[in-house]
Amino acid sequence: MTTNTAKDEALDLTRACELAEEEAGTAGPVIRVLQKVQAHYGYIPPEFLPEMAEILEVPLAKIFGALTFYSQFYTEPRGKYVVRICVGTACHVQGSKDILDRLKGDIGVEAGGTTPDMMFTLEPVACIGSCGLAPLCLINTETAAHQTPALMVEKIAAIREKESASVAEE
Amino acid sequence: MADEKKSGAALAEAPAAAAAKTPSVMPKRFVPWPEGREKPRIWIGMGTCGTASGAQALKEEIAAFLEDHKLEADVMPTGCVGMCHNEPLVDIQVKGRPRVCYRKVSSKNLQQILKEHLLDGEASKRSAFGQLPNPDEKQVLYEGVPLFHDEPFFKDQVKIVMQRCGVVDYYAIDDYLATGGYEGLRKAVTMTSDQIIDEVKKSGLRGRGGAGFPTWMKWKFARDAEGTPKYMVCNADEGDPGAFMDRAVLEGDPHTLLEGMIIGAYAVGAKYGYIYCRAEYPLAIKILTEAIKQAKERGFLGDNILGTGFAYDIIIKEGAGAYVCGEEMALLNSIMGERGMPVIKPPFPATHGVWGKPTNINNVETFANIAEIVQRGGDWYAYWGSETTKGTKTFALTGKVKRPGLVEVPTGTTIRKLVEEIGGGMTLKKVGFKAAQFGGPSGGCLPAEYMETGIDYESLNAGGAIMGSGGVVVLDEYNCMVDTARFFMEFTVDESCGKCTPCRDGTALMLQILERITHGEGELGDIPKLQQISHFTKANSLCGLGQVAPNPVLTTLRYFRDEVEEHIVDKKCRAHSCDELIEYVVMEDKCTTCGLCKPPCPTDALQWEKKQTAFINHETCIRCKACVMACPFMAIK
Ligand SMILES: Cc1cc2nc3c(=O)[nH]c(=O)nc-3n(C[C@H](O)[C@H](O)[C@H](O)COP(=O)(O)O)c2cc1C
Ligand code: FES
Repeated sequence: MTTNTAKDEALDLTRACELAEEEAGTAGPVIRVLQKVQAHYGYIPPEFLPEMAEILEVPLAKIFGALTFYSQFYTEPRGKYVVRICVGTACHVQGSKDILDRLKGDIGVEAGGTTPDMMFTLEPVACIGSCGLAPLCLINTETAAHQTPALMVEKIAAIREKESASVAEE
Repeated sequence: MADEKKSGAALAEAPAAAAAKTPSVMPKRFVPWPEGREKPRIWIGMGTCGTASGAQALKEEIAAFLEDHKLEADVMPTGCVGMCHNEPLVDIQVKGRPRVCYRKVSSKNLQQILKEHLLDGEASKRSAFGQLPNPDEKQVLYEGVPLFHDEPFFKDQVKIVMQRCGVVDYYAIDDYLATGGYEGLRKAVTMTSDQIIDEVKKSGLRGRGGAGFPTWMKWKFARDAEGTPKYMVCNADEGDPGAFMDRAVLEGDPHTLLEGMIIGAYAVGAKYGYIYCRAEYPLAIKILTEAIKQAKERGFLGDNILGTGFAYDIIIKEGAGAYVCGEEMALLNSIMGERGMPVIKPPFPATHGVWGKPTNINNVETFANIAEIVQRGGDWYAYWGSETTKGTKTFALTGKVKRPGLVEVPTGTTIRKLVEEIGGGMTLKKVGFKAAQFGGPSGGCLPAEYMETGIDYESLNAGGAIMGSGGVVVLDEYNCMVDTARFFMEFTVDESCGKCTPCRDGTALMLQILERITHGEGELGDIPKLQQISHFTKANSLCGLGQVAPNPVLTTLRYFRDEVEEHIVDKKCRAHSCDELIEYVVMEDKCTTCGLCKPPCPTDALQWEKKQTAFINHETCIRCKACVMACPFMAIK
């Protein structure tokens, strides 16, 4: 195992390599390693993939294939607050599109985008599984039921305020 | 259609043998009050929905109340009882009295509930949804509190799959055991494989994952297949947006699923199992992990199950966000760490499944029926349901109904009963029912003519929809049918894995056309084009995803053709839903002439003078909705 890449880049990939090594030799390790790496780093650093291929002795193409196939793998860092808007059927018919549209304007990113200050990521998702409470939104792991554009804008504003207050304190 | 008498309360009419085994009205479960116990019990609905509605805060407040009043009580989490519309729920039971379910609990009424119930010894009537007297125990009823199971939402439900959801503590295997849990397995290990498969055959159980394939037949194929070890896999991917019954079982009653899988494994001769659960259900994964651990400790899972020497182990696999992974071959590929792509069948998983070995794969709800079938017999189960589809089905009733939630009814129940009696009718009084969407992205919209149709696999197929996973989204006049079809097509395009051309390109082409129509750029030739592409995609796609993806389009064309034509010819959307086809107007009676709508308008299409009703110029309006959002009086439509 080498840690050269880790030294060249700002990012330390040691932990990622360890995680891959733990799974090396097990059956069908690719998705598991990707999941664990993402859980640790918040995303999957692309520069780790060649290393991962070497450790697992799996072709890079295969890893890349799995990585791009599943929508929950991210190759870029994400915002401190991931704002997910459910656009599943039940939420759609209750107007979740209006919420998404409004937040695109309010946060100032397209769907899937992250603000330059790494504060917010806006992500439409299909069904969180609480469709009886539609429309549903998630801010990180906090679920909010029966949302409206105005309520969500308020929540975002509250976060902004909290964040700028904590910056000011420093 | 199934006759009306066959509701839960009419069990006395069930076959005599079954009735003899079920002295109390089945299938209602009660957690027995342990002998010698003094402390009250409090359950908080803490499934994903309960938590989203604020259950965590309630838990803290309850703890604080108990502390303040030096009271002792056990506070336990429980899953979803199905009443999404009444979340958050808190149940309280004191010695000698029935359990009482409180609805829409918040910090506003919680103190009152706790005070009245725990200190004054009376139920807090204002917030009580209903009481649940356990017929096996002597309990003094509360006066003026309705009976839980007589409420319209529950009256016609027959709970087999969901019998313990919202009743037991989801972390407690002891609750499961106290409510008849693992009795099915105890019986199964005294039976032969043939006997078990035969009971399942008699029950008429068909796969609840969508296709409705007879479960016994699948088990038999897998059992008779050559090769070891064999695998018994559970499909907990629940990808259909709008369906959440599997989540309710995973969270609310994990052991029912495990018991079904273990019995299945015993019948098929499987040594290993996987539960493939979507990553969007972190709570379900946490609860399942705990349940598996407990089942192992008690000898229901592991190397020597119930001392019989039979070995079976279950591993949870977390999905990574791909709808197509619900398809069985794609799911198995994903378990093996690959891209979740379907493959050409045959060979079927029964002979060439995970790691190339014989594999049986069933849906969560399918497994959740098994323990009860084995314990009470196939005939007992087959008593419920329609001619072709036996038993019950859990529906996720959502959309524009007053009482959305999870509803388990015998198959053959009519759409009317589901929407109007159980669901309480439409949310908005003046906005009528337009359609019920069955089966998610692969289903279809059935219009009001189908209200009296009894729901089973065959009747839905005949209408052009499918049972699918059991999502029912009720649409009203404010929902545009073209937009609904477009919405599902967008979903399918996103989720198509791209392996086969008919699905990859067919769905994309259909989406293009539908988008054009919703943008007001449709042509009359689009309708035959949509039909042609639909039929082609259905006939030629590799897996179920493409084969059923055109269903929403086809049903829309079949039942709502005039609405589609209106979009194309008149450039009108009667539901006021398609942005480009809306003309915003200011309603004179509501406008207070405040002028707040003027500044946000980017094109000056909105004209306003002091003391005059605002006015929108349709030539320059770009339908950005800025004015709609700005108006505090909702005067712009
Ligand atoms: C695109 C697609 C998605 C599917 N998604 C699911 C799903 O989320 N859950 C499920 O149980 N079955 C799903 N199925 C059905 C499965 O392929 C399979 O038929 C089912 O798991 C078998 O179990 P059963 O016989 O108990 O129904 C899906 C099928 C297709 C074609
Ligand atoms: S559709 Fe939004 S939670 Fe299911």
